[in-house]
Amino acid sequence: MPLSSHDTVKRMVTGLLTARGHEPDLLLQHLIAIQLAYSYVPEIAVEVLSSVLGVTRSRIRACVDFYAFLHARPRGDYDVLFSDNITDRMAGSEALRQQLTKRLGVRLDQTRGDGRVTVSLTSCTGMCDQGPAMLVNGLAVTALTPKRIERIGELVEAGVPLEHWPAKFFVVEDHIHRAGDLLSNAEKMSAGLQRFLDLGPQAALGELEASVLRGRGGAGFTTALKWRICRDSPGDERFVVCNADEGEPGTFKDRVLLARYPDLVFKGMTLCAGIIGARKGYLYLRGEYRHMLPRLEWVLSRRREQGLLGWDICGQPGFDFDIEIHLGAGAYVCGEESALIESLEGKRGVVRKRPPYPVVSGFQGRPTVVNNVETFLAAARIVEWGGHWFRGEGTQQSAGSKILSVSGDVARPGIYEYPFGTPVSRVLEDCGGTGAQAVQVSGAAGVTLAPSEFSRTLSFEDLPTSGSFMVLGPDRDLMDMTRNFARFFAHESCGFCTPCRVGNRLLEALVEKVAAGKASAYDLEEMRQIGNLMRQASYCGLGTTAANHVRDILDKFPDTFQRRLRPGSDFTPAFDLDAALAAARAITGRNDAGAHLEEA
Amino acid sequence: MSDSPKIRVATTSLAGCFGCHMSFLDIDERILDLVDLVEFDRSPITDIKQLGPCDLGLVEGGVANAENVEVLREFRRQCKVLVALGACAVNGGIPAMRNAFPLADCLTESYVGGIGIHNPGVPNDPEIPLLLNKVHPIHEVVKVDYFLPGCPPSGDAIWTFLTELLAGQAISLPYTQLHYD
Repeated sequence: MPLSSHDTVKRMVTGLLTARGHEPDLLLQHLIAIQLAYSYVPEIAVEVLSSVLGVTRSRIRACVDFYAFLHARPRGDYDVLFSDNITDRMAGSEALRQQLTKRLGVRLDQTRGDGRVTVSLTSCTGMCDQGPAMLVNGLAVTALTPKRIERIGELVEAGVPLEHWPAKFFVVEDHIHRAGDLLSNAEKMSAGLQRFLDLGPQAALGELEASVLRGRGGAGFTTALKWRICRDSPGDERFVVCNADEGEPGTFKDRVLLARYPDLVFKGMTLCAGIIGARKGYLYLRGEYRHMLPRLEWVLSRRREQGLLGWDICGQPGFDFDIEIHLGAGAYVCGEESALIESLEGKRGVVRKRPPYPVVSGFQGRPTVVNNVETFLAAARIVEWGGHWFRGEGTQQSAGSKILSVSGDVARPGIYEYPFGTPVSRVLEDCGGTGAQAVQVSGAAGVTLAPSEFSRTLSFEDLPTSGSFMVLGPDRDLMDMTRNFARFFAHESCGFCTPCRVGNRLLEALVEKVAAGKASAYDLEEMRQIGNLMRQASYCGLGTTAANHVRDILDKFPDTFQRRLRPGSDFTPAFDLDAALAAARAITGRNDAGAHLEEA
Repeated sequence: MSDSPKIRVATTSLAGCFGCHMSFLDIDERILDLVDLVEFDRSPITDIKQLGPCDLGLVEGGVANAENVEVLREFRRQCKVLVALGACAVNGGIPAMRNAFPLADCLTESYVGGIGIHNPGVPNDPEIPLLLNKVHPIHEVVKVDYFLPGCPPSGDAIWTFLTELLAGQAISLPYTQLHYD
């Protein structure tokens, strides 16, 4: 880079630091802005950030290395990322990706010689109901067709700035097909806090307790208990964090909730702050949803003007609370609450050792409530309408309703809200997914259901779910799904613990070996054993659940693997032995008998 | 299988440093008890080159070249029970650190561009086994029955392993023999 552009970058970064702040917690946010401006993070930017934020260069580079959307080398002027969830693949994303790379004369992951464009794959971008989808310079483009890809190719070649691309490319639909207690009439609900102020924090927490609301992220911890523990934990400050890092493949309901009901989510966060005594909250928005950032910022500033955020909220002296939005940068593991907190603090999203749990020692070591978007929305409604109203539906241990993200081989993909206790078959009927050979509930980390299990019910007692509901029609090959998931987890493991970091790589290699028709029954047993070990020994939920899909295929759809095994082999090598000598043969020019290995 | 009434044991070092064999010798005088139970076939200890039918094969080191593959396959054919002995056999170990680099770069560094090289050029004599493009743990080439970790596994760990295996017991190594830091 010439010296003058060094100066330009320096000026830009200095300006950024002045505008947003010098706290080390902001490192990731600064890096995202720099990436956006230059298509990578120049070394000089690392130098400036390091000296101003007081963070070591190695930690900054580690951050750049960790997050999928940050790069140490320039990407193209147009950075195109195809969403690579199985639902995108089922909708034909791979052919579209090939069409675009061919059209642009560029190879996957390689920036074109003139620096114009880079095309890569990325994990599920949360557009499963309107895929195949991609991100162009971080903005979502949905409903891709060959025609749309052709047009995108032209726009890229012509160098048309993104803001002049057809607006319809960037339309993200809500697709709410079934509204239950939470979603129906939600517009009419007060975005204000009067009811909360009338009740007071103690009674409001009482309503939450009466509701028996459990966290909607999937784990299902009792919300009121979490808030109470946080309130009672010693600390000079407390924090509210809304987890909008909706990375589980096949999940997109938080995107719709934030698009449609941001006021209710912010209201839920605000009353949480009022109950636990927090003055600061964060919305951690996954980078894939950056298109929503301007509107969410606008809603926040409107709420400040309305006196619903800021100092003395609603004229209540001492009720001070404000919300800041932090962006993620492409890391599935940041959906795990302790990794999310690390990321909020500007670090790599690596999980923390627990205990202590975030409610005791979270953001900046202070007591912190981390809840899912849907949980805050439900809490807002409960405080408004009462805990008993919420208990009006659902099951014994799962009060209320659950919002599902339905995608895959269905006639009407989108958002469906059901009371807990609803059977899978009912959802399939409503969304037009009859005849399914399998349903993947709770995303890649969830459970693969065979038709004999479609009578099972969505509930914490039976099928706890984060809301992802992917349907695989009768003609799908489940091998495609399991390969997609294995690749996903191997890519997304944060590397903190060995069982997950290594186990996922081994599983990926074994799944690929089976797919290539080179595996033996021995390999299937290996997969099972590695999966068991990962489940028992991994540190966080990523590793403990990452082998679920393999186990389910082995148990419920054994033919998927069995029919691909090499006949008559009880053991096959992990790699092609003779091919492994090809490089040495080429270097030495040898081709004698000793320069080859026969198959055993 | 074996003609001898004693258990026949073979050992070899593939891409390893012989450290596991040295550690094996750290069983010290217990080797006298061992030879009451076993007879050594091919092994650096006996210098027997030709492997015959055996009950137990102990393999140190990973698989780095064509000869390693041949020897390992011969061990698998001849040994009823095959053991991956030590970190390199189990994981590839230190030699596998070259896996991060293309083979051509490794050979060029060693034989062409490195410091103090006379007559530069990558050797191509048919006597010299060709290198695989990567170093592999042995279970990626043949089926392995037991894995004994450690770099090297301690003499005590090897002793526990052998005595319990020979006694026909399930092998259970105490924590101290599997704890390395």
